[in-house]
Amino acid sequence: MKKIFGRPKALTDVTMAYCPGCTHGIAHRLVTEIIDELDVMDHTVAVCPVGCAVFMYEYLECDTIEAAHGRAPAVATGVKRCLPDRVVFTYQGDGDLAAIGTAEIVHAATRGENISVIFINNAIYGMTGGQMAPTTMLGQHSTTTPGGRQQARAGYPIKVCELLSSLEGVTYAARVSLTSPANVVKARKSIKTAFQRQIDRKGLSIVEILSTCPTNWGMTPLDAMAHIDKNMSLYYPLGVFKE
Amino acid sequence: MKGNEALVRGAIAAECRAFFGYPITPQNEVPEYMSQYMPDAGGVFIQAESEVAAINMVYGAASAGIRAMTSSSSPGVSLKMEGLSYIAGAQLPCVVANVQRGGPGLGNIAPAQGDYFQAVKGGGHGDYRLLVLAPWSVQEMHDLTVLAFTLADKYRNPAMILSDAIIGQMLEAVELPDKVENCIPQKPWAANGAKGRGRNYITSLYIAPETLERINLDIQAKYRQARKHEVRYQEFMVDDADIVLVAYGCMARICRTAMKLSREKGCKVGLFRPISLFPFPSERLAELAAAGKRFMVVELSAGQMVEDVRLSVNGAAEVDFYGRLGGIVPSPVEIMEQVVR
Repeated sequence: MKKIFGRPKALTDVTMAYCPGCTHGIAHRLVTEIIDELDVMDHTVAVCPVGCAVFMYEYLECDTIEAAHGRAPAVATGVKRCLPDRVVFTYQGDGDLAAIGTAEIVHAATRGENISVIFINNAIYGMTGGQMAPTTMLGQHSTTTPGGRQQARAGYPIKVCELLSSLEGVTYAARVSLTSPANVVKARKSIKTAFQRQIDRKGLSIVEILSTCPTNWGMTPLDAMAHIDKNMSLYYPLGVFKE
Repeated sequence: MKGNEALVRGAIAAECRAFFGYPITPQNEVPEYMSQYMPDAGGVFIQAESEVAAINMVYGAASAGIRAMTSSSSPGVSLKMEGLSYIAGAQLPCVVANVQRGGPGLGNIAPAQGDYFQAVKGGGHGDYRLLVLAPWSVQEMHDLTVLAFTLADKYRNPAMILSDAIIGQMLEAVELPDKVENCIPQKPWAANGAKGRGRNYITSLYIAPETLERINLDIQAKYRQARKHEVRYQEFMVDDADIVLVAYGCMARICRTAMKLSREKGCKVGLFRPISLFPFPSERLAELAAAGKRFMVVELSAGQMVEDVRLSVNGAAEVDFYGRLGGIVPSPVEIMEQVVR
């Protein structure tokens, strides 16, 4: 009998600590599948964020560096410029990338650093218990926007792919979701492109993954997936913004 | 050459192959010279978008096992404090140069020594220290930078060159060695791609208190070793001195002249110049105190190193202080007048 599916070699055999219904599990899996497929594990360096994925190094078989909050693109720059033949990727949440780390991602992008950025957008701060993120939608409840995010107090949510696509150093920017097998397949394809572009030295690639946070959204896992399809995807349209 | 250029030459001689920096007066020459010399040496140069980004690029390069450096001046060094805490917590080597200027806040671009506390007591959060060296000449800007890389690698800890606008900007003759012998240790812990080995991870995150305590104790043990082996200082005419001036960097030069002027006036004055600010030469100061000396600490600040001198003598001697603020640099005559009083 032929084995057609299994754990990627780049994914450790450790029970993940993420919440039920959290799409980090799927995202980690897709990234490690691509690392296997491109056969780059022994020269990959991952840079982990601050956020729920701070423990991502538990789940990766490749070398990993824990970055300060938001600084992953700068850390990745340091590694990649010194060791240009390594595959270097960052994996960042919405606070990490779009709040505290805005300067670092914009400048890594505009410098055209040959790195791949996996951006987990779940429109909330998960690890710290559900505060507003830069990508929290207007009207969305969070612990620091009781009654829903109001533009007058908290401004508008940021559309990261659209923003970064305006920079010449960005070679690929795509927004995907993981709400259905079809979407997962598209997401996987985008992640593969993001890694291949790095190997081809075309510049910075970013894949924005609309992700669930059932715990802090106060929804069931299935409702959370539906929320992405029905609500989040309207404000954050899926697609390729730059290629 | 200028002190700032000598700093760069020292780094290159020490086989530093990554520099990430940002312009700020009075150290602009450092990124400027680095933008030329570093690529010439086959290294990496980036003018980062901020001092924050620069220290994090250093963190990345150091994680990957590369000798890396950044430099700035007081306000920019404040921005690096988070990064330095992470680098120390992850037990990585790197070198940071602070060419001090007037503060606090934006201050001015004149020389100052107001960052002693930040440098020596740890301006970032947590129980860590920087290995701090204070050059007082253009030659030392070169030589101590070479030493800083050696110490950083030896202790897997960030090392700082604490300079100031005078030392950075002044021109003096330098002797550049033909070649520097760098014994760069192997770095089997580096995150540079897990070929032929298990994975490495560079982190300062240790969730279990028992583990974080153990890591902290390991780090403290390194500092105990540094206190035993890396104390550096220079003395002038202390043997028969009644009063010993204590100063570092540019103030030590001015105090050396003040010492000579005081001697001409008949006062028996000596000079003690700490070169390593951490580890601090406490033992030698305690010895001098026990031998009956009085001390006058002279700094371009409201009094920072004076606290460490007081701790060192532990009540066994009188410790006076003279300082100027805002970038005012006292003349040797001014110091001498204080001493004579």
